[in-house]
Formats: sequence, structure tokens, C-alpha cells
Amino acid sequence: MSKMITISPVTRIEGHAKITIQLDDKNDVIDARFHVNEFRGFEKFTEGRLLWEMPGITSRICGICPASHLVTSAKAGDDILAVEIPETAEKLRRLLTLAQWLQSHALSFFHLSAPDFLLGFDSDPATRNVFGLIAADKEFTKRGIRLRKFGQEIIEILGGRRIHTPWTVPGGVREPLELAKRDQMLTWIPEARETVKLALDALKKIHKKYAKEIPEFGNFRTLLVGLVSKDGGLEYYDGFLRIKDGNDNTIADKIEPKKYFEHFGEAVEPWSYLKFPYYKPFDYPRGMYRVGPLARVNICDYIETPLAEAERKIFKSLSGNVNVVNNSFYYHYARCIEMLFAVEKIEMLLKDPAILGETIRAQASINRLEGIGCSEAPRGVLFHHYHVNKDGVIQKANLLIATAQNNLAMNRTVRQIASHFIDGKKGKITEGILNRVEAGIRCYDPCLSCSTHALGQMPLHVELLSAGGEVLDEVHR
Amino acid sequence: MSVITFTIDGEQYSAKEGDTILQVARDNKIPIPTLCYLEGLSTFGACRLCVVEIEGSQKLFPACTTKPTESMIVHTNTVKLKKYRKMIVELLASEGNHQCAVCVVNGHCELQDLAYEVELDHVRFPYLFPKKSLDATHKDFVIDRNRCVLCTRCVRVCHEVEAAHVWDIAGRGIDCEIIADLNQPWGTSPSCTSCGKCVRVCPTGALFDKGAAVGEMQKESGFIKFIVNARNKHEWVRTAHEEE
Ligand code: SF4
Ligand code: SF4
Ligand code: FES
Repeated sequence: MSKMITISPVTRIEGHAKITIQLDDKNDVIDARFHVNEFRGFEKFTEGRLLWEMPGITSRICGICPASHLVTSAKAGDDILAVEIPETAEKLRRLLTLAQWLQSHALSFFHLSAPDFLLGFDSDPATRNVFGLIAADKEFTKRGIRLRKFGQEIIEILGGRRIHTPWTVPGGVREPLELAKRDQMLTWIPEARETVKLALDALKKIHKKYAKEIPEFGNFRTLLVGLVSKDGGLEYYDGFLRIKDGNDNTIADKIEPKKYFEHFGEAVEPWSYLKFPYYKPFDYPRGMYRVGPLARVNICDYIETPLAEAERKIFKSLSGNVNVVNNSFYYHYARCIEMLFAVEKIEMLLKDPAILGETIRAQASINRLEGIGCSEAPRGVLFHHYHVNKDGVIQKANLLIATAQNNLAMNRTVRQIASHFIDGKKGKITEGILNRVEAGIRCYDPCLSCSTHALGQMPLHVELLSAGGEVLDEVHR
Repeated sequence: MSVITFTIDGEQYSAKEGDTILQVARDNKIPIPTLCYLEGLSTFGACRLCVVEIEGSQKLFPACTTKPTESMIVHTNTVKLKKYRKMIVELLASEGNHQCAVCVVNGHCELQDLAYEVELDHVRFPYLFPKKSLDATHKDFVIDRNRCVLCTRCVRVCHEVEAAHVWDIAGRGIDCEIIADLNQPWGTSPSCTSCGKCVRVCPTGALFDKGAAVGEMQKESGFIKFIVNARNKHEWVRTAHEEE
């Protein structure tokens, strides 16, 4: 007979995570499961809607990365219209995508993770949040908040509205960028660059401070999947899919994103609403892979902007001799490198005269009955796959989100942390364990955590069950 | 032509014979909410948003179809009227599928404007979530019956102004819906001239241009008055329309 420890959220409403930690006869952790209620409903209720509405509808999936859904949905639309969008439209969509990265990464780093890092994993949960952080280091926190605001401001300027801006459309974008607005965005660059550098400095200190704990934070090899540009650089909007393993072997390269479903399958488990995508040639569950910052910075050959490229090299040096950084804790580092890239690249895009062009939208009717859009969302590669009828009415939609793709790896991470920190024999749950499990999940910055995280702390419910199913210990917070 | 003198909200006004209470109110800038009414089209009295109270009667009267009589005393903005108007908008909201956030006319919708006007902050009736059809078979336009409020503006403009008479109402009660010709896909309608008038006059996101994204569709219905004036009176005066 075995025992089960359950950690589940209690205070926040629909669709969030619950964790169960399975103990065996000897009270050792044998399995950990991260249960998620997710948004598969979106796919069902978009059936019967029109292709042109899809960016607006799907951007409602997530309050944190709506722009990624907008862009990806519009790209699936481009595919169905069979158009090549104008150069300016592509550059504007690129700008939007990077602004989304910046905004979301800044939130993840400064608001959600920094309280753990800077105040300590075991500090009082009541103050281990963004407010506690303000009390501890006002300037640092303020700068982080402003960095996020910069990303938001770009999204707002482009879309006229900050969240759920329905500004990208199949065929391009709706409005050109005005000169004055462009200049307004440019004024932010120096400050944003400085703030990211501060974040990197702070993170490096954290690496030293937690040198003993970091190796237990989801340190294992998986496949790493993401987009790279046509010549192998860090990519966010277009390019090819590349798959590497944890030993730096290239498993597949130059895969057309449109062919993703030939390479990836989705397994279903009765205990989770989230599907489990896997790399087909390796089967389930061995085909587990990670996406997002850690994968992207690992698999690319270079980063096109100088400061970020210099950091990428330091990042790579953490890997020892395999040239792949496998530890999920370094998602945070990869995320900071991507923030730096985003700031540098946003500046390049804004200074490109083509960004001010006025030809921004290709008009066409339905020219294909199936379309796939792909881009790199902050949390990893995102696919929208639609089937339409000849009138543009959606017959079937499949959305493959980053959080789902990291699902298997998140489970592995929770298991690793639980086995290391939970002593089943004591039959006790301590705050410290909760914090570490929570921090382990947070490495992946799963989108569900955003909504449960407003105050920097996941609402958790932990149950420790005896072999006979009797509750030995219970923790709510 | 005889002139009628009557009272609206305590002030005296005069009306020409044949004028409705709504016309007199509009001429004198007295606000009365409307939905199915559209200047230039026949009046239909479907939505009941324009209801007013007339002293001496317990009944409420639609201002768009009721003509004043000598010495009549009309109230347009009583507590009772506000209550009924709000309820009408709530019923409209609950019997369709109005997801404004992802609607093509979000921000430019007459139903939305009305909801603001009657200060609708929640709906007391259960939402029916009906399964209504969306027809995208027309090459230029789409009808999404989920957002239709059965105002019949489309029916009237197509019949009275374009003279094509594509649209009709089929069904009864809650099952009423707008159909094209003999209840066939719009794209197969032999009578539709693709003029787009119905799309322009529809107060909601039920009729819209194909290809419009969320919030992108803007309606313009003032042109109907211009066309009708030009046809009937041979007056090509745009001013009234441009003022709007
Ligand atoms: S038609 Fe108007 S009320 Fe209905 S969903 Fe659209 S915006 Fe909302
Ligand atoms: S389709 Fe539009 S114009 Fe026609 S009845 Fe419905 S709401 Fe009115
Ligand atoms: S406007 Fe009078 S009943 Fe609709």
C-alpha cells in the first residue's frame, strides 16, 4: 500500500494546478503528478466561428500572453488565405511578439520569482511576494515593474489596447505605426537595457547563493524543441523547428513548422486535463521534451544581438562538457538572456525604416482548407492548427500551447524535488517543501501560475495520506 | 394641415398630423432610446425600447408608432419606464449569444450602447445560450444569428429600399429567426443583389462584412434617410445625414 500527498490550490477558482506526490510502501517518493485543468474548451467552442475572428477569440485564452496567440492565429490565417504578408506587417508582428516576451518574462522574473530568490525560499510566505520585495529593495522592484510596462506599452501602442488587442489579422496587421509612436517607444530602450543587466547581475548572485540547491531543481536530460532562424539563430516568429537532445545531438533540424504533427503526438492521461505532447519517433513518455527559454537558448547556434550573444556564451559554459544546460533552474537565466535580446532587437526593428511602411495587409479569400501558424510564445513554441470550410468557418481547431509541451518535464521536476525534500517517513509537510515544489514549477513559468500568482504565492493544499488513505497531515495556505 | 399641441415631460410641443411621438421628441432633442426604429424605414414597433407613458392609460406605448393627440400628456423618462427598458435589454442579452469581447462590432454596437444607456451591470435572467446558426456562404457578408435581436431592419431595408426582399422571419416565439429567401444559404439566394444595405443598418454584429476582425466592423445607417429622401422627394440633400 502506498501513501499519497496532495497539493492543490484552494483559493483560486477554475482550472488550476494540483499536485499529488505518491509514496511507496517504504514511504519513499515514487511518483509526482502535476494535474492541470486547462483551456481545451477553447478548441471546441471556436468550431463554427470564422477564421477572421480567431485571433480575437484565441487571444482570450491567456491574460499574460494574448499577443502570442494573436500572432500565431493570424499566421494560421495567412496560411489559409495563402498570402505572403507585406514586409512592414511582418516586422510589426515581430515587434509585437518581442514586446510580449519582454512583458511576460519581466513578470515572471521580477514579480513571481524574484521574491523567492531575494527574500529566500523559506522566508515568511505572507511577505514573500512583490510587496515584500518592494519593502526589501524598492529600486530593483520598481525597475522590474517599469520593464514590464515597456513591453505593455508597445503592445498597447500597436493594438490600441494593452490586453487582448485584436490587432493582428489574417493577411497582416490592422494599423500602421506612426512616427511619433515609434519615437516614443525608442525612448525606453536605454532604461530597459540597464534593467535587464541588473536582473542578470542579481541572478548570478542567486546562482552562487543557491549553488547547493540548484542541482535538485529539475536537473535531467530531455529533448529540447524550438524554432531557430533559417541559419540557426535564436528565433521567435518564423524559421524552422529544431530538436536537440540533452547531450547536444541534433535529433532533427529544419522541420517546417507546418509539419509539426508528423513529428509530435499528444498523449492523454486520465488524471490531467492537459495533454502530454511527445516526440513521436521516441514514443510516449520517452519523447518528453522541453520548450521555452531554456530550450531556445540551448538549441540556437547564435543570437544576432551582441549583448545577448555574449550572455549566451556564459550560459553555455554552465553546461560542463555536454554543451547543453539541462537544469530547469536555468530557465530563469535563459529568460533574462531573452529579455536582453528582446530589448536589443526591438531597438533594431524600431530603427528599421520599413517598420513605418503603410502597406500592411494582404486581402484574400479562402484559398486553403487547412492552415497552421507557429511562433515562439514567451513560454515556448505555440501552434494553431485550423481546418475551415470554403467559407472560412472553422471546422476543427487544435492549439498546442507551451505549458502543455512542458507538462511531462514539469512532472519530472516535481518528482525530483519531492524525492529530495520530502521525507515520507516523518509524515509531515513543511512550508519549505511547498515552496520548493512551487519554485520548481515556476521555473517553467506555466501560464496557469500567472493567474494563481497575483500575490506571488501559489494557493496550495497539501494532504499527506497514510497507506490506508487516512490523512496524516494537511496544510492549507 | 392640422397641428396638434401636446405635452412631453412637462413641456408643450406641437406636432404635424401624422408625426409620431418619437419624431416630435427627436426634433426637439428629447432622448428616447430606440433599437428597431431607423429613420427612412417603415416603423415596426418590435423592440419596445421606445416605450412612453401617457396619462390616463395604464398601458405603455411605443413612441415610434404612436401618434400624439390633442392635449395628450406624455412622459418619456419615468422610473417605471427605466425599469422596463432595462429589462428589455436584459432579455435581449439573455436570449442571444452576445460575447462582446470577441464580437466584430465590439465598441460600435447599438445594443452595447443601449446597455450602457440603461446602466445594465448584470443580467437577472438565466442565459439561454441558444444554438443558432452562422451563415458565411455569401461571398462578401456573414449573418451570425447568435447576435440577432430581430429588429427586422434588414428585412425592411431590403424590401423597402433595395426592393429585393431577401430577408424574412421564420419560426415562432423564441425560435424566430431571420432567413434568406426560402430558408436557404444566403450565398445561394437568387434575389440578393449584394448591395450590403442590410449589413450597414443592422444594429448589432449579426450582419457584417466577411473578413472583419474583432471590433473592426463599423456600421453606418444614416444613408438610408438620404436615399429615401432622394427617391421620394427628389431632394439630394446630404446635410441632415452628415450632421449625424
Ligand atoms: S452584437 Fe453587440 S451586444 Fe451582441 S455581442 Fe456584438 S457587441 Fe455585444
Ligand atoms: S440581422 Fe440585424 S438587422 Fe436583421 S433582424 Fe437581426 S439584428 Fe436586426
Ligand atoms: S424603436 Fe420603437 S419599438 Fe423599437
